[in-house]
Amino acid sequence: MTKKTNEKMGGNGWEPRIVAFLCNWCSYAGADLAGVSRIQYPPNVRVIRVPCSGRINPLFIVKALQTGADGVLVSGCHPGDCHYISGNLYARRKFALLKSLLEYVGIEPQRVHFSWVSAAEGPRFAEILGKVTDSVRSVGPASKMIKKFEEVA
Amino acid sequence: MKQVEETLRQEVAKLLEDGTIDVFVGHEAASLPLKTSPCFVRSPKEVDRLVWNRICTSNLATYLPQLFKRPVGLKGEWTPPKVGVVAKGCDSRSIVGLIKEKQIPRDRLFIIGIGCEGMIDRHSVGRALGVVGLADAKVDDKSVQVIGTDGREKRIDIADVLAASCRECQHREAVLSNLTIGETPSSAPEVSHYANVAEFESKSPQERWEHWVGELSRCIRCYACRQACPNCYCEECFAEETAPKWLGVTTDLSDVFVFHLGRAFHQAGRCVDCGACVAACPQGIDLRLLNQKINKDVEELFEAQVSLSLEEAEALSSFRMEDDQSFMTEP
Repeated sequence: MTKKTNEKMGGNGWEPRIVAFLCNWCSYAGADLAGVSRIQYPPNVRVIRVPCSGRINPLFIVKALQTGADGVLVSGCHPGDCHYISGNLYARRKFALLKSLLEYVGIEPQRVHFSWVSAAEGPRFAEILGKVTDSVRSVGPASKMIKKFEEVA
Repeated sequence: MKQVEETLRQEVAKLLEDGTIDVFVGHEAASLPLKTSPCFVRSPKEVDRLVWNRICTSNLATYLPQLFKRPVGLKGEWTPPKVGVVAKGCDSRSIVGLIKEKQIPRDRLFIIGIGCEGMIDRHSVGRALGVVGLADAKVDDKSVQVIGTDGREKRIDIADVLAASCRECQHREAVLSNLTIGETPSSAPEVSHYANVAEFESKSPQERWEHWVGELSRCIRCYACRQACPNCYCEECFAEETAPKWLGVTTDLSDVFVFHLGRAFHQAGRCVDCGACVAACPQGIDLRLLNQKINKDVEELFEAQVSLSLEEAEALSSFRMEDDQSFMTEP
């Protein structure tokens, strides 16, 4: 990191790294809309496009937290709007349990976020990212689940 | 108990003789004190191997799916066997789950239900005696007479060494059976449900984290919990998958966490709290505290009960439009 970027980031050099799983049909398009509308949002997010929020294996989220993500955002179509009719409704049940389980073992709930963003909600996507980034920032760098051993190829 | 055992043997002999079943899955005495192992009885002559007592801890549903798998390499026609099994309340609920998940066919299954007053937890007996190794043990209906490897002797009341999941068990009779034997068990105890989970939840996040670090750093990842579990029938478990590789072959605690979170999560809406994983754990890790948390959430959020009937859909393979979404950042 250059000195200049470090200063921009408030001096201590740490910026949260957030993995966002966005569904192809709504949230990814929403993110796209935010982009083409030139709406500013925090650059902390790394987007992974998935076919549907129902595609997201809860282990993806656990694994992201293990391999260096400070936070995870999952976003799909609003209930009733799923391209596959009900993928997001099944997903909602999984995520409710996962969020609660992670909190139960002592992982900060501020690291894991779920939301619904439609393809028309570009500004809302930017707004949510702002909130999520602030929330992850408030709990600092992830340390609990992070893998310490080097992976041997 | 002795009488139930005798009736069980007679019934099984009858079923094998008239061809209702080809094989019967039950418990037999094991070489270690206070242990039984699963046994497969294929002829009426062998029925004397079957036992029924307060140490029939293991969940026999675990052994059923493999009996209905076509033998590898077999050519030509194959009809799955007709299988008989003895089931406590928890075993029968696991069987219901397996039938719903299409792992075992109901029409080729003969279930003998036995009312259960709870099984002995071997770890607790060792603790009550003050030694780890048990040299010998005799169990009767009410108490257990144990001798430790150091010669210590003690008579222990079974009520004091019941497995944790048996203490809170609300379904002591088989929920699905072709035949019921033995007496109706006494009614389920009035216990506050999920008291252990609620107590754990009230701790601070740091305390909770430290608890699990302490517990899970003892885990040697032998996967005995998975092997003992009737719900873990996957041909390839995520723990051994290499593409994607969910778990590193390391002693890193984070990998242990991923395994246990994954294992517990795969039980979501399916765990019947039979305690097989806890009984199988060589390190005495209280996995129940993790499983029960998910059970509690499933009950509270989705008002679902696990595997009580063949008709009801499993919690995670169904949904309601108005499901709770208060957990979401931006619903």
